[in-house]
Amino acid sequence: MDATETTSSQTGVLGGAGVSSESADTAEGLVINVGPSHPSTHGVCRVIVHLDGEIVRKAEPVIGYLHRGIEKMCENRTWLQCVPLTDRLDYVGSMYSNWAYCRAVERLSEIRVPERAEYIRVLVCELQRIASHMMALGASGADTGAATMFIYAFDERERVIELFEELCGARLTYNYVRPGGVSVDLPEGWTDRVLEFARKHRIALAEMDRLFLGNAIARARLKGIGVLDPDVAVAWGASGPVARGSGVNWDLRKHDPYSVYPRFDFDVPLGSRGDCFDRARCRLFEAFESCRIIEQAISQMPEGPVMTAGLPRLLKPAAGDAYDHIESARGSLGVYVVSDGSVRPYRVKFRSPAFCNLALLPLLAEGHTLSDLVVILGSLDPVFGEVDR
Amino acid sequence: MNGDQLREHLCDHYPYLCPMFSVEFGDGVLAVRREGLREAASNLRDLGFDRLGMLTAVDRVDHLEMVYRLTSRSMTVGIFIKCRLDPSEATVPSLVGLWPAALWQEREVYDLFGIVFEGHPDLRRILLPDDWEGHPLRKDYQDPGMIRRPDYI
Amino acid sequence: MSGFVGGLIWGLAAGTLIAIAALFGVWWERKVAGRIQMRIGPQTTGPAGILQTIADTLKLILKEDITPDQADVRVFRLAPLVVFVPVAMSFSVIPFAAGFAPLDTSVGMLFFLAVPALSVIGILLGGWSSRNTYATIGAIRAAAQMISYELPRALAVLSLVVLAGSIRPLDVMAAWSPWWIIATAPGFIVYFIASIAEVNRGPFDIPEAESELVAGYFADYSGIRWSIFMMAEYGGMVAASLFGAAVFLGGWNWLPGIGGILVFVALTLALVTAMVWVKWTYPRLRADQLMSFAWKIMTPAAIVQLVVVAVIAPWL
Repeated sequence: MDATETTSSQTGVLGGAGVSSESADTAEGLVINVGPSHPSTHGVCRVIVHLDGEIVRKAEPVIGYLHRGIEKMCENRTWLQCVPLTDRLDYVGSMYSNWAYCRAVERLSEIRVPERAEYIRVLVCELQRIASHMMALGASGADTGAATMFIYAFDERERVIELFEELCGARLTYNYVRPGGVSVDLPEGWTDRVLEFARKHRIALAEMDRLFLGNAIARARLKGIGVLDPDVAVAWGASGPVARGSGVNWDLRKHDPYSVYPRFDFDVPLGSRGDCFDRARCRLFEAFESCRIIEQAISQMPEGPVMTAGLPRLLKPAAGDAYDHIESARGSLGVYVVSDGSVRPYRVKFRSPAFCNLALLPLLAEGHTLSDLVVILGSLDPVFGEVDR
Repeated sequence: MNGDQLREHLCDHYPYLCPMFSVEFGDGVLAVRREGLREAASNLRDLGFDRLGMLTAVDRVDHLEMVYRLTSRSMTVGIFIKCRLDPSEATVPSLVGLWPAALWQEREVYDLFGIVFEGHPDLRRILLPDDWEGHPLRKDYQDPGMIRRPDYI
Repeated sequence: MSGFVGGLIWGLAAGTLIAIAALFGVWWERKVAGRIQMRIGPQTTGPAGILQTIADTLKLILKEDITPDQADVRVFRLAPLVVFVPVAMSFSVIPFAAGFAPLDTSVGMLFFLAVPALSVIGILLGGWSSRNTYATIGAIRAAAQMISYELPRALAVLSLVVLAGSIRPLDVMAAWSPWWIIATAPGFIVYFIASIAEVNRGPFDIPEAESELVAGYFADYSGIRWSIFMMAEYGGMVAASLFGAAVFLGGWNWLPGIGGILVFVALTLALVTAMVWVKWTYPRLRADQLMSFAWKIMTPAAIVQLVVVAVIAPWL
């Protein structure tokens, strides 16, 4: 059936609870709108769900409610002015968008980044990974009704946010990584507080593992739900914990090592069954690994400048195009920039991992119940700033 | 594997693709014609490029350019496929059959550039409302709300 | 006539009691949940935030009472009361002190099990009349859940009836002796879990499932009508705890006089706290898991308990 017809035949679409018209009721079973304002859509996503009893026959995500045209806005700003815009993409992990964009610009203008700045970038991005995964884990708690898990995870996230606030003054939109380096050097004593956090965070992770992932009800709710086949994950372009939960060994930090990642010793946690539980578990273990990387990065960090000297105030990369990608908390975050040699980007494209992962929702949700739909959506961990751009 | 090794690998298996291949910024670039896009993509997939990482378009004013980026689990190198399109006839074969990842990404390009993908099962707008007029990422797109920032910044 | 006046007085007393229980219950839940979640909970309104619920109640009374455009208005308005009244009635048969229950009826146990179950009709009415898909799904889930958990709950209580040889709560209390706690321990656990499911609280809050159905059957209620639903929930929680503390745990039998009442209150409070603790620790079950839990674990367990009690009872 044509989905545009479905949407127009419903009453009260906004607010999420439209009762479909009589004819649709008899012909199609129940059609409900989950979202755009719904506690479990993690932003503003609307999912048109065709139900047969409680079983989802078809789930169709409708996105774009947060589309701000950031790619178009970038074309109207100078190269440096685009960095704050990238903050607004993945607002749960702004450091990644900053870094991916800066890497593409640096590749295009052939800027070499000081080593200390590379270490700082790795350090903040691994902290960001923890913050982002805590959000995802807390959300899977909230989706299954475990409000306490949500609070515990957010407490850990808050510690990271406080560290970032001390670092660059902002809690969510950092604008910290800039083409050529990072905006400011680390505050005094900051690395000690990070090490202290990494030490405590491991204990908190173990506690969360026992509280939530070890819980019989949580296991019953997460295991076997939304099973993603590894080959399907690759074909659909899934990345990050969504792909790794299915056992796809795809982590750009290992696979296409960038920055100083080859110097660190860390593992890539992989799932085996590809269900919601494995995805959640992957995120938990990745936070463990991030703690390891953080400690190594701090111990190896050299002294020196944090910004390339002699950068022009107004960047003017040579005409051409460049692509670069990093492993964000959600997967492969790529940035494709095209320059025509002027002070503004000719075209900026953000390859957002959440967008590709979310496309899997209809596939994963089919045949599960309405309760599982929100769990599956949560396990894909979409951030709608990034999906809609 | 770097770009030059990729060239050898490619020329060994699919010699007809060899003249279209070049290396830019360490990545392989394959410039294909619209008619040969699907076959080239299919051949690259058989070569081991199993992921369609990114799919987008660039409006070069006199022509449109489709940009595909393929990555592979077995090779560390990525490859671009670039395909020039005439703006008056902006259609391109859909790659949904090869990679389902193209399903939403092609919808996005259709939405923002107005490029029609032949054979796409569900070509609708995805980010913008269904009744939106125009395709905003085209360079000739006009909207009264859009203000050109002055050049002196 | 005197019966009517008496009923009126008892009704007012019970209503006040439930209101106080709900006020206290909400505050207590927020405090306990706060501690569980590394927070403090309400603290600025009155000492330790004890007046917070009163402030909330005032706000709820003053809020606009919204009726959805397409709702079945009369049914929609009536539904909260249909939920609340049976819960309030269930307080009347609870043996509060030695030889005293507000309504001392010879079918008290049955009354306590059967009457609160009527509130499922109100939930169905409320969910259906809202003309909201979420509310309808929530109401249907609630009906299925409450009817399923009636059975194990009743079977669990039945083992006490067998031991006491009476379905009058005061007779059960008089016959009660401490070793019953051990003999009916599985039955008590079944009763406790089923009671949580009866009042639709976590981990059995599937009908209201905030993250799935927004608020389920009361999604479209606001202000005072919404708070009547909440009062019914807290009232049901307190009633189940009072009843369980009395007939299963012995209530005021432990100490004579006023001491017994204090023990009874303490036991009740412990059960309420346990319900809060469970809710804020466990995730929510799925509807089909809830059903299989009811029919495959709870009901057989209650039946086994009943058989065991029935076998040992004649030898006493």
